[in-house]
Amino acid sequence: MSSDSDHSIEHHIQTYIRVFIALGVLTIITVAVSYLDVSFIEAFFLAIAIASVKGSLVLGFFMHLISERAAIIWILVATTVAFIILMFIPLISVTDSTGLY
Amino acid sequence: MSSIPYIVEERPDTGLNNSKLGVWIFLASEVMLFGGLFSAYVFLRLAAPEGDFDYWGAKLNVPMATFNTMMLITSSVTMVMSWASLKLKQFDKYKIYLGITILCAIGFLCVKYFEYTGKFHHGIYPSSSTFMGIYFTLTGLHVLHIVGGLFVLIYLWTSQADKMWAENPDLLANRVEVTGLYWHFVDLVWIFLFPILYLL
Repeated sequence: MSSDSDHSIEHHIQTYIRVFIALGVLTIITVAVSYLDVSFIEAFFLAIAIASVKGSLVLGFFMHLISERAAIIWILVATTVAFIILMFIPLISVTDSTGLY
Repeated sequence: MSSIPYIVEERPDTGLNNSKLGVWIFLASEVMLFGGLFSAYVFLRLAAPEGDFDYWGAKLNVPMATFNTMMLITSSVTMVMSWASLKLKQFDKYKIYLGITILCAIGFLCVKYFEYTGKFHHGIYPSSSTFMGIYFTLTGLHVLHIVGGLFVLIYLWTSQADKMWAENPDLLANRVEVTGLYWHFVDLVWIFLFPILYLL
């Protein structure tokens, strides 16, 4: 984080408390929606959507990404691209016909 | 004063100190480490017989995991508050917040211990099913990260921190900040592990 004056730190502390409350509420919501009578795909996307919001709050505010230098942002962009590719690798198994013939 | 350059002051070319840049690059590698296992989870789930993951997943303790989620979230906020306290030159508050962070980490490990031993008492092991195999692998790796972080947190709470605070407060604040980045990442991993393993 770049600017660290006493005033800005005190302002950040208020933000940390708000983020903490939001994370607590979102955790309760995560558990609550798991009891909804929905299909697996719907439950999956709901759970991942809420977890992504929680993750963004942690990354943005606790890890100060919203005010971080470009070098770090680019490292994370590259990591995200690699992570997404990694997540799609299992889908190859769905289209792979090896073993069927 | 440390002789290693750019661990507190920023490098002119990156605009960052090396400690922070180094930790972020390390965390990028950690994303890929856990990403590989998340990918394995997706692969195993796609290949599992119908209802197999639901059956074994129902054996996990959701209230305990929810409690642990709250513990990690609390530890994350107290971690960042301990850093903020150092920036405000309030060393006593730093000690209190970091102490709470340490207690939350120990609490998380205790709950995990009871969760694991509960499974073992019921004859459930990593070899019991595919789900349990990936469950113990993912949560075990996460527990190892908690244990590693706990050692660093305890070090930053001991008299070494008092000494560093007296000699070079900026260095201590910097170390707490980069340790915090690691700790928040461990929290971040759990935020995704919790719904995927316990709720889906």
